[in-house]
Amino acid sequence: MSMFWTIWISVITLGSIAGCFFLLRWTLANQTGVPEGEEMGHEFDGIVEINNQLPRWWTILFWITMVWGVLYLAAYPGLGAYKGFLGWKSSNQGVLSLEESEQALRADIEGNAWNEYAIQIKQAEEEFDPIFAEYAKIPVEQLATNDEAVQVGKRLFLQNCAQCHGSDARGQKGGFPNLTDNDWLYGGSGDKIKETLINGRQGAMPGWLEPLGEQGVAEVVAYAMSLSDHPDTDTALVDAGQARFVVCAACHGMDGKGNQLLGAPNLTDNIWLYGGSKRAITETLNYGRNGVMPSFKKTLGEDKIHVVASYVYSLSN
Amino acid sequence: MSETSQVKPDYNYKVVRQFTIMTIVWGIVGMTVGVLIAAQLFAPALNFDLPWLTYSRLRPLHTNAVIFAFGGCALFATSYYIVQRTCQVRLFSDKLAAFTFWGWQAVILAAAISLPLGMTASKEYAELEWPIDILITLVWVAYIINFFGTLIIRKTSHIYVANWFLGAFMLTVAVLHIGNSMAIPVSFTKSYSIYAGAVDAMMQWWYGHNAVGFFLTAGFLGMMYYFVPKQAGRPVYSYRLSLVHFWALISLYIWAGPHHLHYTALPDWTQSLGMVMSIILFVPSWGGMINGIMTLSGAWHKLRTDPVLRFLIVSLSFYGMSTFEGPMMSIKTVNALSHYTDWTVGHVHSGALGWVAMVSIGSLYHLIPVLFNKSRMYSIKLINVHFWLTTIGVVLYIVAMWMSGVLQGLMWRAVNADGTLTYSFVESLEASKPFYVVRFIGGVFVVAGMLIMAYNAYRTIRAPKEELEGDVALGAAQ
Repeated sequence: MSMFWTIWISVITLGSIAGCFFLLRWTLANQTGVPEGEEMGHEFDGIVEINNQLPRWWTILFWITMVWGVLYLAAYPGLGAYKGFLGWKSSNQGVLSLEESEQALRADIEGNAWNEYAIQIKQAEEEFDPIFAEYAKIPVEQLATNDEAVQVGKRLFLQNCAQCHGSDARGQKGGFPNLTDNDWLYGGSGDKIKETLINGRQGAMPGWLEPLGEQGVAEVVAYAMSLSDHPDTDTALVDAGQARFVVCAACHGMDGKGNQLLGAPNLTDNIWLYGGSKRAITETLNYGRNGVMPSFKKTLGEDKIHVVASYVYSLSN
Repeated sequence: MSETSQVKPDYNYKVVRQFTIMTIVWGIVGMTVGVLIAAQLFAPALNFDLPWLTYSRLRPLHTNAVIFAFGGCALFATSYYIVQRTCQVRLFSDKLAAFTFWGWQAVILAAAISLPLGMTASKEYAELEWPIDILITLVWVAYIINFFGTLIIRKTSHIYVANWFLGAFMLTVAVLHIGNSMAIPVSFTKSYSIYAGAVDAMMQWWYGHNAVGFFLTAGFLGMMYYFVPKQAGRPVYSYRLSLVHFWALISLYIWAGPHHLHYTALPDWTQSLGMVMSIILFVPSWGGMINGIMTLSGAWHKLRTDPVLRFLIVSLSFYGMSTFEGPMMSIKTVNALSHYTDWTVGHVHSGALGWVAMVSIGSLYHLIPVLFNKSRMYSIKLINVHFWLTTIGVVLYIVAMWMSGVLQGLMWRAVNADGTLTYSFVESLEASKPFYVVRFIGGVFVVAGMLIMAYNAYRTIRAPKEELEGDVALGAAQ
């Protein structure tokens, strides 16, 4: 902030408080020319006003709040770029990138600065990191049998994952997978779940309306539906669809059972990420789908991810 | 007093009557929408799966209807009445007065259509899109010209304190509305704010908090300064107190906005400045309450028989309570608990229902017989019933929200031994459910009271003059 703005802010802030201060003094002294307790001598539609003195307790309260206000502004940031004599700050507000933020945070923790955020992070790290470091030593599959750890993982899940996957982890419409059904897009081992959480995932299904045309899409949809014995399958189109499925097999496999290396779903198990109606599957074929699972590495850190993974693993094992 | 000897000027009561009737109408509409969305919070099926009836669209309709339609019409009615009576002169321009009435109703109608359709500038209490904003500006400028024009041609030597507050309210609301609504239109029904990021947030709450400070406080203090001494038949307690609390109030309020943005991306200095000014503001706020309540000294017995005066005095008590609560909530440590919880909602309603609605209702009960040339309201008993319905309703409402809010705040910050949060958001929502039912019941009480008021007003207006004579003490002393 430039010097101009600091002066601007200070002048109008302190000016306003000083204005109130002098107004109060001036009013207390009774400059009206009317004796105290008498009527003011003007009348408005029958209403008259009395020249009573200000209540004493109220006046004292006014003095106290004004004096306190000035002291507070001397001690804490408030008057533009002036930092206050206590050196308090809520966080490092000037930082422009995550790296810069992390560096400034570490510097403040090292230097014991009065940075509220840094103090809380330091406290949390000292108190809680050892707990998660202990958990991280036990493999995910084994940790999933430890009730206490699973409960901790569940609470982290409710705070960080439930927004998309639901409080019961059963997912929701629109590409948020059910995590309780043991049907895994990228694999369900402890390591794979951790990998998903740490790096995130991007599942891209291309759109086929342009290359295949409406008829082509209808045929492939019919074949895809036949793979899971879908009751709504248009049997007349299935054979033509099977001929076209070669292209799909690149990701979903010749048998349609998917490929966990690519995150390509199994099409034979009647579990549908974006809806299993003919209309929804046609929509998927026509325009493609883009599923994004964000990376939680920076949000939670690897040790906490380890515990969340054990909770997720426990849901279907 | 000496007024019996005076020849009464030919006041423009037509516009006052129009705004008075519409205050009751919009009060019922706005509060009913409030009750519906309160019910949706524990019974979401009540949006009937219609986009126009979803909470997200009806909530701004509720706030706009109660603040600007109900509160706005009450302010127009009383300010036009007060400025004429205390200046002893007819309004500066009847044409401008008629324009403000029809223009303001057009604004309200446009809001009632555009908000359920989902058109929104997405700024709280300033959701209306740019064409409506322009109409508001035109109406408001006409209002200012008419009000200050009347002050200029006044027959009294001084300007009465009620008019200071009303004038400050009008001028500041114009500045706030124009400042915050600056936007670039991309179509007839959509625009984007010219401000960005934290600056936009700060502009919004500079506007938002001063909508409370100037629209809902200064304006209604103007109302209070006329109707309390008038209904009590007592002189205003202290001229000097009104002087000091007026100037301190209007100079300090304008700083308080940043307390809505504690613990956000707003710079530290702005947050603490907003907090400091909010706390000093507590004292001048109470100045108004003291002056109103002390005006009653020597006439306390009237509270036993006069429910209109009871409305006015209880409104001042709620004003005192919420202007204590507000500065307290602006303290960062308290705000860390209260922010984003129902406590805020309870605080707003103790101000909006307890103060704004009750002082307006009391003033209207004083005003209606005068405007329609009757000695008193049709039924004093029904005013009393209205008073108790409102008081009980407001208390149910704010107590439920306090409990729900503190509970939410405590649940959100509860931490386990391992550092994870104890409760998920959904669990805090479940815990709030019973309080939402109580809040709904409180709202039903308030709306029931408004319906009784509408009936009472209708019977008063329709009654033959002779029928309501006598018993002047309980009605409006002319």
